[in-house]
Amino acid sequence: MIKNISNLGDTAVYCDFGSEVNESININVIDYFNHLSKLIKEKKVEGITNLTPSYNKLIISFDLTITNYKKIKNLIEGLIIHRDIKNNNQKIKIPVCCDDEYALDIIRLIEKLKINKGQILELYFNKEYFCYMTGFIAGMPFLGDLNKNIRCDRLETPRVKMPKGSVGITEQFANIYTFESPGGWNIIGNTPKKIFDDKNLDQPALVNPGDKVSFYQITKEEYLNWNE
Amino acid sequence: MNKAFFEILRAGVNTTIQDKGRNHLYYLGIAVSGAIDQRNYILSNKLVENQLNEAVVEFAYQGPLLKLKNGRINFAISGDILFKIIRKNLEVEDGECYKSYILDEDDQIDIISTKNSIYGYLAVNGGFDLKKTWGSYSINTKANIGPNDGKKYSLNDKIFIKKSNTKNLIKKKINYNYSPDNIIRIIKGTNFDYFSKNATDKFFKEDFLITNLVDRMGIRLKGPKLENIVNTNIKSEGLVRGVIQVPADGNPIIMLSDHGTVGGYPKIGVVIAADLDLIGQLAPSTKINFKEVSLEEAQNIFKAYSDDTNKYLNECN
Repeated sequence: MIKNISNLGDTAVYCDFGSEVNESININVIDYFNHLSKLIKEKKVEGITNLTPSYNKLIISFDLTITNYKKIKNLIEGLIIHRDIKNNNQKIKIPVCCDDEYALDIIRLIEKLKINKGQILELYFNKEYFCYMTGFIAGMPFLGDLNKNIRCDRLETPRVKMPKGSVGITEQFANIYTFESPGGWNIIGNTPKKIFDDKNLDQPALVNPGDKVSFYQITKEEYLNWNE
Repeated sequence: MNKAFFEILRAGVNTTIQDKGRNHLYYLGIAVSGAIDQRNYILSNKLVENQLNEAVVEFAYQGPLLKLKNGRINFAISGDILFKIIRKNLEVEDGECYKSYILDEDDQIDIISTKNSIYGYLAVNGGFDLKKTWGSYSINTKANIGPNDGKKYSLNDKIFIKKSNTKNLIKKKINYNYSPDNIIRIIKGTNFDYFSKNATDKFFKEDFLITNLVDRMGIRLKGPKLENIVNTNIKSEGLVRGVIQVPADGNPIIMLSDHGTVGGYPKIGVVIAADLDLIGQLAPSTKINFKEVSLEEAQNIFKAYSDDTNKYLNECN
């Protein structure tokens, strides 16, 4: 549940669900996000311009010409949120090629984690991940949690250009670079699958908060011949 | 009949299409975008009798040189801008901001530069003939969303103009008289107490310099190092326009229209809504000071800001 509600400037409400990062807190955030998204779609609430869920926070931006902090705070405090059993969350499988030319940081990981490439990949592929949030760049999913034996800090110096499709890990999290962008995660492979599609206006992101994601390994030949 | 369009004879530094921006996409990682200076954006539309949410051309520093083809239009420029109108017969007129002009086929608009500011706006009667993406015309060059494949305009590009529905092109004018100071009003951020007493004192007392690292995503400031006594990182969480983040190096960064949607640096403050137009216009090397206001004060200041905008709009009726 929400531990504290405060204002972030004069045009946003900051809902704090706690300081830990875990699935149960994040599901709470997502429940509020889904509930509010529905109210906005059904035009039952006025003036909200954006909802930004993250691991354990929900930020609600609003138009100060239409509403204000006090009104939105009252709305949030009055909500009765039910765990959405029939939610639309999906199970998604994503192909990854881990040939050395795509696994940009595998050497660094082998040195830091003190296990071999085969073991790293086995631990990585052998788990289903939970999508905590999307963002930073369009459609980038923040997934967790990684097996404790493959957790590693960010790169000391972030790359200026991370290739599109790069699949990265850092701390307890995994992600996918949906666009070429700067970035500091350890890259273990690359996916040929389209993770963000701006032509699909209703559902542009393949992975959404609350979804379950698993990865499977493909060969370079399969990677190069990928067609969707 | 062929549609009127501008042919771009010089692109300028950062020429894009902007409007109010696109909402409800932060959760996907897509910023609001939209005009950096919202009041000037609205006024430019008003001067050519457009709906206030029509698309306009936003330019920065040096603007574009545009030649009108296939038509006759009404246009206006807002901001603090030096521009000239070069008529077909090569007569040159000095342009005045906040005033609408008639432009004939083969006339040119030469937007030479912005003065003591960064951005200006060019509106044409009827608006530009472009497609909206997620409810907005704004070009987001970071995610390549919007008209022109989400990229800024280049030499020889064309910008098509919707057919104007005005029978008589009317000349309009606003007496825009606005002299902002360099005091930026803020509300304390959600991590204000991550900073030492010494740091927060300095934050409100000392000058901060706007560095050269300024774009539509944000502004990097240089000033006294703001010492963090709790943690220089937080778990990534949402950002909004105006948030002032302080990374480990102690130099604040202010988020603008195209900002990344989540960030992991502590938030020392948030610029109030009424000062967002102002902060976005401050050019590199400008010195600013921060002043704290309460939420209630910020709301009153915003009311005054909106009343002021309406006063200018009413001058045009």
